[in-house]
Amino acid sequence: MGIELLGGRILAPYFGSSVHVWGSIITVFMLSLSLGYLFGGRLSLHRPSLQKYGRIFLFAGITLLPLAYFATPILDLVFDNIEDSRYGSLTASMLLFFVPTIILGMISPYSVRLLVTNEAESGHVAGVLYFVSTLGSALGTLATSFYLVLWFEVNTIIFTYCLLLISLGLMAMVVNKMEVKDAQVPLQS
Amino acid sequence: MHKSLYSLKFNVALLLTFSVFIGASFTIQAKVIKEERSLYRNIFVEDKDNVRCLKFSVKRKTSSQSCINKDNPQQLVFNYTKYVMSSLVFNPNPRRVLIIGLGGGTLSNSLLELYPDIEIDNVEIDPAVVRVAKTYFDFKETDKVKSHTKDGRIFIKRAQRNQQRYDLIILDAFNGEYIPEHLLTQEFLEETKSLLTEEGVLVANTFSSSKLYHHESATYHAVFGDFYSIRNEQSSGNRVIIIPNKMPIANEIGDNVEMLTQPLATYNIKLFKVISFMDLKKDVESDYRVLTDQYSPANLL
Repeated sequence: MGIELLGGRILAPYFGSSVHVWGSIITVFMLSLSLGYLFGGRLSLHRPSLQKYGRIFLFAGITLLPLAYFATPILDLVFDNIEDSRYGSLTASMLLFFVPTIILGMISPYSVRLLVTNEAESGHVAGVLYFVSTLGSALGTLATSFYLVLWFEVNTIIFTYCLLLISLGLMAMVVNKMEVKDAQVPLQS
Repeated sequence: MHKSLYSLKFNVALLLTFSVFIGASFTIQAKVIKEERSLYRNIFVEDKDNVRCLKFSVKRKTSSQSCINKDNPQQLVFNYTKYVMSSLVFNPNPRRVLIIGLGGGTLSNSLLELYPDIEIDNVEIDPAVVRVAKTYFDFKETDKVKSHTKDGRIFIKRAQRNQQRYDLIILDAFNGEYIPEHLLTQEFLEETKSLLTEEGVLVANTFSSSKLYHHESATYHAVFGDFYSIRNEQSSGNRVIIIPNKMPIANEIGDNVEMLTQPLATYNIKLFKVISFMDLKKDVESDYRVLTDQYSPANLL
């Protein structure tokens, strides 16, 4: 959600901040999250491990990096080729947010798989996970829109998110190496 | 004696009642004659006596965007529009003009009257504002005076790509309620600067209160260096920033003032007085952060 909010900021110089820009961003996020849930669930079928779970975080962090470093050339390219700012903002959102958000979406179902140990408690685990991830989204939205934009540059915030995801991923992999059986679920940002 | 005193009292009382009655019938209540809810805001057109105003959202303070004097449409009502028009002393013959933020179209109309051959691109994000301007404020469109329903930043970016140039650019997109943050940044001002002709002049209607004022000054200074600012110290309200692309020679300005005093008087602009409010801001040193596309929390400041 933090990224989604910053998305509005990133697109504004090229496509304005009108309702269709937010429409594009939300559409792309919802679309890619839905695909992410699907792929995450699929991935969890094949020998799920904390190692792979950590890798999802790592990839999410890495695919977010271009948002900080290559957003301008990508936006320039879209702006030059698409006159209509509705389709321009939709295309730009696709190019910038589609891949990282799919990967972020994979985290939730994979977490369910790692945390559920028996059928009876699966609903409870899923409930707690939804609770944690949605609460995290709420707090991320609040923190980003109220305070982070007041203190930091957009790129600094994105870079911090990337680092956070990458370090969480590495942490999961290290924990896995140490063969600690209790899987910890880090917060989604 | 008694009787005459009584009658005097009676007469005075009668006179008072009468004058109160007359007074009441003359203080006409403001009347909303048009109300429209657009994608961006609530728009009102309000008539009070002979002044008609375009207002946005009356929830908080009433914020008039543009007013006209119905009996004498040439007379400019707002001080800031007079300040904007006074910027003509830096380039008295603009051929191509860009106005970001239409309001009632007052500036566009006045410029067209002064220079019948002028080309004006009015950019307004809200189609409802354009409609209201045409219907209630007599905003005139011709082959050369156009309105574009677009975001100002997008229009300027496209114009930059198409290598358009303007002799006068007026930024008037801030209504005091919500600030379009992407129209306040260093990058935006640089894009705008690139559209100015060699003798071009940039005029911006900006805020004079709150912390934003200082951030804004810092940002303008970062892009343009020194700039002129007009602000009536006695009345709070807007500050108009004027930036000639080429700093003019004092002599020339003197001639232009002389030449423009008469024509601008028609618009209720006392040019000498406005010039006396004008102040050259040199080397604005400030600890305030420059607003950029990366950092633009204008609405939070």
